[in-house]
Amino acid sequence: MSPAKTKRTIENLRQKNVTSRGPSAGPQVRSERELRAIADRVLRLAKSRRIPETEVHVEEIVSALTRFAGNAIHQHVAEQGITVSVRTVADGRTARVTTNRVDEDSLCAALEDSRSLAASQPKDPQLLPMLSSQKYRRVNRYIPVTASLSAEDRARAVKRVCDLADKRGQVSAGIFESGQAHSLLANSRGLLAGYRQTQAEFSVTFQQGSAASWAKANDADVRNFDPQKLARIASDKAIRAQNPVELPAGHYSVILEPAAVLDLVGFLFYDFAATAVEDKRSCFAGRMGKRVFGKNISIRDDAYHPGQLGAPFDGEGGPRQRVSLVDKGALRNLVYSRRSAKVAGTKPTGHGFALPNEYGEAPMNLVVEGGTSSIEEMIASTDRGLLVTRLWYIREVEPYEKIMTGMTRDGLFLVERGEVTGSVRNFRFNQSVLEMLKNVELLGETRRSSGEEAFEMVVPPMKIGNFHFSEATKF
Amino acid sequence: MWDYCGHSLDVARLRGATYADVRVMHLRQRDLTTKNGKVGTLGQSESIGLGIRVVVHGAWGFASTDLLTREGVAACAAQAVAIGKASALAKKENVRLAPEGSYVDSWQGPCRKDPFEIPVESQIALLLAVDECMRKVKGVTLSETDMQFRKVDSWFASTEGSKIHQRRVISGCGIGATSFRDDAIQKRSYPNSFGGQYMLAGYELIESLDLLGNAPRVAEEVVALHSAAACPQKTGTLILGGSQLGLQIHESVGHPIELDRVLGQEANFAGTSFLTLDKLNVLWYGSPIVNVVADARIVHGPSLGTFAYDDEGVPAQCTDIIKNGEFRGYLSSRETAHLVGLNRSGGTMRTESWNRLPMIRMTNVSLLPGEWNFDNLIADTQDGILMDTNRSWSIDDRRYQFQFSTEIAWEIKGGKIVRMLKNPSYSGITTEFWNSCDAICDAKHWTLWGTPNCGKGQPMQTMGTGHGTSPARFRNIKFGAAFSDE
Repeated sequence: MSPAKTKRTIENLRQKNVTSRGPSAGPQVRSERELRAIADRVLRLAKSRRIPETEVHVEEIVSALTRFAGNAIHQHVAEQGITVSVRTVADGRTARVTTNRVDEDSLCAALEDSRSLAASQPKDPQLLPMLSSQKYRRVNRYIPVTASLSAEDRARAVKRVCDLADKRGQVSAGIFESGQAHSLLANSRGLLAGYRQTQAEFSVTFQQGSAASWAKANDADVRNFDPQKLARIASDKAIRAQNPVELPAGHYSVILEPAAVLDLVGFLFYDFAATAVEDKRSCFAGRMGKRVFGKNISIRDDAYHPGQLGAPFDGEGGPRQRVSLVDKGALRNLVYSRRSAKVAGTKPTGHGFALPNEYGEAPMNLVVEGGTSSIEEMIASTDRGLLVTRLWYIREVEPYEKIMTGMTRDGLFLVERGEVTGSVRNFRFNQSVLEMLKNVELLGETRRSSGEEAFEMVVPPMKIGNFHFSEATKF
Repeated sequence: MWDYCGHSLDVARLRGATYADVRVMHLRQRDLTTKNGKVGTLGQSESIGLGIRVVVHGAWGFASTDLLTREGVAACAAQAVAIGKASALAKKENVRLAPEGSYVDSWQGPCRKDPFEIPVESQIALLLAVDECMRKVKGVTLSETDMQFRKVDSWFASTEGSKIHQRRVISGCGIGATSFRDDAIQKRSYPNSFGGQYMLAGYELIESLDLLGNAPRVAEEVVALHSAAACPQKTGTLILGGSQLGLQIHESVGHPIELDRVLGQEANFAGTSFLTLDKLNVLWYGSPIVNVVADARIVHGPSLGTFAYDDEGVPAQCTDIIKNGEFRGYLSSRETAHLVGLNRSGGTMRTESWNRLPMIRMTNVSLLPGEWNFDNLIADTQDGILMDTNRSWSIDDRRYQFQFSTEIAWEIKGGKIVRMLKNPSYSGITTEFWNSCDAICDAKHWTLWGTPNCGKGQPMQTMGTGHGTSPARFRNIKFGAAFSDE
């Protein structure tokens, strides 16, 4: 096929997609067959250049986001784009080149650049051959209703939220996002892995004077959350968040809503990487097999949990395995890429990042086992404590004890004698996550949760004793 | 590229847009890292596409595409208009833009040695040599290096007649040594943490930083930190090194002066600002020696916030932010300028890529130099702590209460640096902190630091900003809260 003809064919296919629906609905992603045609072309071009091993990852994303503030839409965007990422291997050397141009000349250039880059480094005797064909467990995370959501659909939903805020004399801000991604990973040893998913997200903040609260949901299926319901939750809590009292810093019992748990526990994800332990930068270095958390804490990585999104394969095409990381408080396993597994003399778990990289792997689908307590029951069981909606700007202060700092935000409430009695001014915390997970008193139902610091995971709300707030604020 | 720009603007107008601007951008990037003597990341990427922003029915719409054909950009423009019409379903007021001239120009940032023309072999060889040098020091358990280069061409056009091409080449590098011993992990970095130093420059930046010469010191310091005394928990005098002060400015001055935050447009994500509109020209932000500007002009220096025009076609400017301690100005856009009584945008609208909407971003938000020689500043300090190189940073969503920790500190007694301290941290309130500043070092000690990783917006955009600083002294600062158990 000539380069010119190839370019025209691909652009024609794309043009069909762009013009097949109304303009506000936006473009659709290509079919798997079209992505495969691009991948096959790259592999053919590589073979004709006698490149020993080639891997190609093709991904197309179509996404749109409606953003509102001051009870009106102020930003409203849509994007569509494809990337073709090529990795070549020759003589123990590898490098990656990525482009968003899919004409044959550009694909050839990507291959040549990758080969040239790879040759510019010393040989790596530990570089493994690419994976051959693998079997993957099927997951269905593509929901047509989500994919077909239009700008008008999102705008109308946002309008109803803004109307609620106007009616209550409040100020709303947030986003309603929807989109889809389709990716395909193939290599010259016969590996072929495809995945597509949709994703929708609604996040809302309601302000009542200087008080504010927040709610958020993220799901493959837009029907699994109700923007109006989330808005009402945030609106009601903003009313309750008014007139906060100042409390002294110190140690408190806290009830962390799922978003707050997620954003703290989520910072542990890379510590579970075998490469991080090997590099002695994980808080779990030297702690394998030891009891690191309380007996009521069990954590696993499970890409197949119904509350998870993401492909059933890793950056090298390895099938993702379920891995029990922490069992009843004891650190049992780590996750491994093919390289780190070979170093450790064990099997890879399907958690490797795309090569080449220096980080190795990480669990991307953490599930923290839950319990049976509702948040209401946690409140009822608390003589004096704080109910935390959300945490903010969390950063690591000390990596080995995993001391994290951050702020409370958008709704901090005082619990006294089993009831929420008022609002509290925000605190800064400095808290070891290792210590925190030794002090969990009650766990709620575990569920897919959304925060702002960590990516979505499945976590429960928690009641935790002796949580350290180091400084009080005046707001 | 101009054809794509012009055609998309024509389509937008025909479909009802009363204003439109378009950016075609071509981004190229090279990433190199090493870890423990081996190459880690080795890759290049490029991305090219078009993004068009329209006002229709008084509301904004934006769409982007990588399909650079006449049909592709026309469909993209039509989609932007349709999105704008959907936005009008939930609008309060019509978009109002401050007047701006139209410009036809081409500009290229400074770059003496194109990093993409330097052989990758030599770049990797330098990083591996530095990596080896750090690992020679006993006690270093992890050595890391990185280099990153970006070349960004942008073609901007608007329905008001502007046609502006800009090319910016950005280079950056950094090295780090980590040591794990006795249940503690320490890290040292050079020339800065979290990626090092970045500038609007070519490979000459890498050559100027003497990575090899600094590697042994970095490695020796990280091992020595294990034996150092812990930073005390007390209130006292703080001297901040330039790179840490750069981040302090970024978080406690740069973000709160963004007008979109002030107006609540970021309330759901990045947060708002304590700098409500009533504080302009009223608030004593800092002590009388504190002068901060937001300066995107090349005369300020070649940093990540330097350009000739912002991404809505407004020429680069210098805005007084803090003048002799008084709060004087915000970062503004054509849409927000009138809200603070300006008849023109301050020129701070920037976008990460062709598929992202321009938004108010820091340019080079810099603390102007003072009059002190650094040695004299130390000699003048009877009891204090000198902290340098950021380790962690956190500030509330109104940018008022902060806590920073640094990789290293030194205790000052009787006008002399007497010993190293580990696990340093300080915390405070933004205005109290800047009002406690009583000494700023002079222009000889002033460096324009590049911060390559400023995140903001939904969808998230990562932007580079610049912060000029020289070391400065602050009184009555709270130390050690990060490690306190009280």
